[in-house]
Amino acid sequence: MNQKVSDDLAHIRSMMERSSRFISLSGLSGIGAGVVGLVTGLIAMYWTSGSDMLLEKVRMSVGAGILIQNLILLGALALLLAIFFGCFFTIRKSKKLGLQIWTATTKKILVQLAIPLMVGGIFVLALLQYNLYGLISGATLIFYGLALVNAEKYTYSDIKYLGFLEIILGILSLFFIGKGLFFWTIGFGLLHIIYGVILYRKYQ
Amino acid sequence: MSIISGLNKEFESRVRLGMMSVLMVNDWVDFTEMKNLLQVTDGNLASHSSALEKNNYIEVKKEFVGKKPRTSYKITNMGKKAFQEHLAFLEKMMKQ
Repeated sequence: MNQKVSDDLAHIRSMMERSSRFISLSGLSGIGAGVVGLVTGLIAMYWTSGSDMLLEKVRMSVGAGILIQNLILLGALALLLAIFFGCFFTIRKSKKLGLQIWTATTKKILVQLAIPLMVGGIFVLALLQYNLYGLISGATLIFYGLALVNAEKYTYSDIKYLGFLEIILGILSLFFIGKGLFFWTIGFGLLHIIYGVILYRKYQ
Repeated sequence: MSIISGLNKEFESRVRLGMMSVLMVNDWVDFTEMKNLLQVTDGNLASHSSALEKNNYIEVKKEFVGKKPRTSYKITNMGKKAFQEHLAFLEKMMKQ
């Protein structure tokens, strides 16, 4: 009798979780995105070393223009790669668990992530428009962190802590203008890797 | 009330228990989604859902999306109360 009761309770818990949270999220996705972030950040730091490019008072010389262009391209490439790894490992995990990937919960979590990310993206475009490069890394970290905190109720609630850390790093970055890439590399590289490892060990 | 009589017979089946659990934490859930979550056949889900509907534990909505019919489920207040009582009983039994 007790066995049946505890099975019933486990069944209830699992059904509630499966139906309301996106549990296919893989730790490997975080590690993949983190490695991309780390490598990208280091490349960007190497490119910009010795220049005061990321300070507000950037001179729009020809060289500066090309460097900014390259950094934007590098950032876009990193974003695509991170999304690719994120999707790849998560789809693989959902297949392994025998879970459907495209469900109402998936749609909900994507919408919750997209709202802060879209707003953040437009905000960063405005910063670029006015050459306010020094604020970009802070802004990306803050809006990304807000997106994670926002999506927390539809997946493992651990991502909330990652979100808060990203927000804190982003805010710090706003007050250490010129060190933006350093904070960016910690936030998108190191934190993702640490978080990915924790998630992987906890749920895989 | 004895322990046995406190258990709701309606929730004895795994499928019904699963349906109620899903509906406790979601708003409207459609047939296909429910079927995939519980991993049951169409007929199995249909018969259990009509039993729950008969008890007024769930509300069933049938509508057309384009040309396809779509059935969705939602828990009623009565269903919520019944399920919570059932859950409380299960937990109480675990403690004994």
